[in-house]
Amino acid sequence: MTVEAKLGQVANYVDERTGAAAFLKKSLRKVFPDHWSFLLGEVALYSFVILLLSGTFLTFWFDPSMREVVYEGAYQPLEGVKMSAAYASALDISFEVRGGLLMRQIHHWAALIFMAAIVAHLLRVFFTGAFRKPREGNWIIGVGLLTLGIVEGFLGYSLPDDLLSGTGIRIAEAIIQAIPVVGSYLSYFAFGGVFPGELFIPRIYIVHVLLLPGAFLALITVHLMLVWYQKHTQYPGPGRTEKNVVGYPLMPMYMAKAGGFFFIVFGVTAFLAAVASINPIWLYGPYTPAQISAGSQPDWYMGWLDGLVRMAPPIETYFFGYTVSWNILIPGLIVPGILFTGMALYPFIESWITGDKREHHLLDRPRNAPNRTALGAMSLTFMMVTLINGGNDLIATHFDLSINQIMWGTRFGVFILPPLAFIITKRLCLSLQRADRELVLHGRETGRLLRMPSGEFVEVHEPISPEKAFVLTSHEQLPALELPAVDARGVKRAGALKNKLRARLSNANAVAIPKVSTEDLKEIESH
Amino acid sequence: MSNQLEPIKDPGLPAHVHRKTDTDPKAADRAERQVATMFGISALGTVLLIVSYVFVPDDLFIFIPIMGSQNAHQLGLGLGMAISLFFIGLGAIHWAKTLMPDQEVVMQRHEFRSPEEDRKAFVDTVKEGAASSGLGRRSLIKRSLGAALGLSALSPILLLRDLGPLPGPEQKMTNWKSGTYLVTDPGNRRIKASDLEVGSVAQVMPEFANPEERHLDDIAKDALLLIRLRPVEFNLEPDRLAMTHEGIIAFSKICSHMGCAVALYEQTTKHLLCPCHQSTFDVTRAAKVIFGPAARPLPQLDITVDGEGYLIARKPFSEPVGPSFWGREK
Repeated sequence: MTVEAKLGQVANYVDERTGAAAFLKKSLRKVFPDHWSFLLGEVALYSFVILLLSGTFLTFWFDPSMREVVYEGAYQPLEGVKMSAAYASALDISFEVRGGLLMRQIHHWAALIFMAAIVAHLLRVFFTGAFRKPREGNWIIGVGLLTLGIVEGFLGYSLPDDLLSGTGIRIAEAIIQAIPVVGSYLSYFAFGGVFPGELFIPRIYIVHVLLLPGAFLALITVHLMLVWYQKHTQYPGPGRTEKNVVGYPLMPMYMAKAGGFFFIVFGVTAFLAAVASINPIWLYGPYTPAQISAGSQPDWYMGWLDGLVRMAPPIETYFFGYTVSWNILIPGLIVPGILFTGMALYPFIESWITGDKREHHLLDRPRNAPNRTALGAMSLTFMMVTLINGGNDLIATHFDLSINQIMWGTRFGVFILPPLAFIITKRLCLSLQRADRELVLHGRETGRLLRMPSGEFVEVHEPISPEKAFVLTSHEQLPALELPAVDARGVKRAGALKNKLRARLSNANAVAIPKVSTEDLKEIESH
Repeated sequence: MSNQLEPIKDPGLPAHVHRKTDTDPKAADRAERQVATMFGISALGTVLLIVSYVFVPDDLFIFIPIMGSQNAHQLGLGLGMAISLFFIGLGAIHWAKTLMPDQEVVMQRHEFRSPEEDRKAFVDTVKEGAASSGLGRRSLIKRSLGAALGLSALSPILLLRDLGPLPGPEQKMTNWKSGTYLVTDPGNRRIKASDLEVGSVAQVMPEFANPEERHLDDIAKDALLLIRLRPVEFNLEPDRLAMTHEGIIAFSKICSHMGCAVALYEQTTKHLLCPCHQSTFDVTRAAKVIFGPAARPLPQLDITVDGEGYLIARKPFSEPVGPSFWGREK
């Protein structure tokens, strides 16, 4: 029997027991648009699967206990040293379980790639406006996944209970303690008493391997179901409209490509784990609160937070005998809280400014949404400045600078550079719009010079293809909202301040180089 | 909307371009062989993995250019796994790109908004359901239900109460009492002033009758730094100067910012630096913060010597050590 016939029998078998033929037939022919930037989310998904697989392997040997043991394992330099059972078992995984170190490194590399892919995917979705109606809910789920990812990653590298990870936990405890009124209580509940106690490794273990992965699975499932149900967005282009979706069917093209891509991501992660050492916990030694290694660094996705904490001014206030540590609260809780809340609410903020409540399935070219693109560049710049300060000690030693210079540079930079990035990016977007307009009106520069009979030199321009011209002109340019301060009968509207703000934002948002119009084309033709 | 007018008409989907493998059976056969070769390389990767697992001892190191000395067992396992996975993926994608139909397909979208009558019926059903339950009219039910639900949410919070004890006096105390001996760490030996040379720094702990009972909880607040300067180098208030002994000054090693170990001492500048967030403390001025995010100096311990010349604490710390918290000053 041929493969086709066998698979046909399977399909028959399934349908006779579920009656799902109609649904599955449609699903297998479901169309997915093709673009490299759509792979970023896939990388995150596949890294998650790799994390589940490698993580499960590690749990077979890891002992999440803070019971004190004396190390008698294969790693000579730590022979006879007192340490927690958690750290000892992490050493055993690294040195005595065959393939254990490989799995530990795959797990850690996959976590770094997972977070990088989430951030890259988020940037793609943001800059192309894929979060607009009807996908606002999925955007919020995405922001939730990013937040969970940061927490999950932090808990993960805290588990081995080495010197570096214990220091991270100590800092987390200081942040909890800094919360006004309830901080000490929360810290005592989290650690079962004074820091470090003997409970936090087992506690964060169950959160790391059960609670958060469960939340991840649930959120990822909903995230993907919504992508499936709402159908994927697509880039503008000939034949692509708000009403259709153009691409390859799930079976066989997309299945083979996506399935193949999973193996490629896994293969690359395994390669990294094979050749590039990561988190060599045996070099750090067991955790003790009295020691630390110079150049302590969190994983990259925590770096911005660490940089913010480092650059905070030394402000503490005391009133009625109570202490408020602004130097911890502002960088550790308030700024991240504002950033993440703002990010989650952004789809609603943007639609409030533009007044656009319609569905969007065609993506924006970033230049055609200059304010959004500039805002994204501004946020990225903020993150980069804080990230640089998070590594200020290493940058100082590698580039022969003083920590004080970098610290002061970033303290000012964090206020100056992001707005600067906003202005520059917005100007760049408008320039690109102008270039698009030129291209449509006057064509492509060919580099061929002609000498006119009059002696004048001109460059020959060649018209661009109709497909390209269509891409450059098919976007919408929304006018600013009209929000007069008084209504038709001359009565002042309610919420005047809010309206004024909205009108100003909307005006700023509507700034654009007018795209080529039918009149422009007619005028060109008549030349 | 005026902008909807498209100045340039949609030229429609570009015509499908046939690949070489679509038209030339030889090219297609070649592509098939290429895919099979990739799957074959993947199988070799698995063989490498098995060989490394079974036959390569885990203490064998080999030299590899650029990478230097590498553990052969570990490298073989990793590369074998990487090759076996990567080439399955590469083969599958090559297969899809060369041999599977690559004609783009168009599928229609439908607006998510339902037709008006459905929407109206839906809204009516919701309203009707809400009305027939009487939730709007019977406010007693509504309020008592709200109260009951709110109260029931307290039980999980209450049940988590025993996660830990309430903060007690131990939060602000250390094991430093008046008369506690300073002992070396490691070693647990008592220290004489003469043991410490001018310019040197040492980490010490309070003496325990049984050093085996010193746990991380104790270290987390007891860790102390001893630094010896020439007495003229100090720039201290008289009361702080009285807390030193022959140029030896003692600070809590736990950073007043976020509790890291303030482990870096720069001998020339006499600065203590916390490696976590670069708070910098000036030893000559009672650990005054001269840079970084820390808001308070490191607590100083009042030290002196006993009759035999061993260093002891004269008094406990006069303030809690470590990071700040709400009731710290109370």
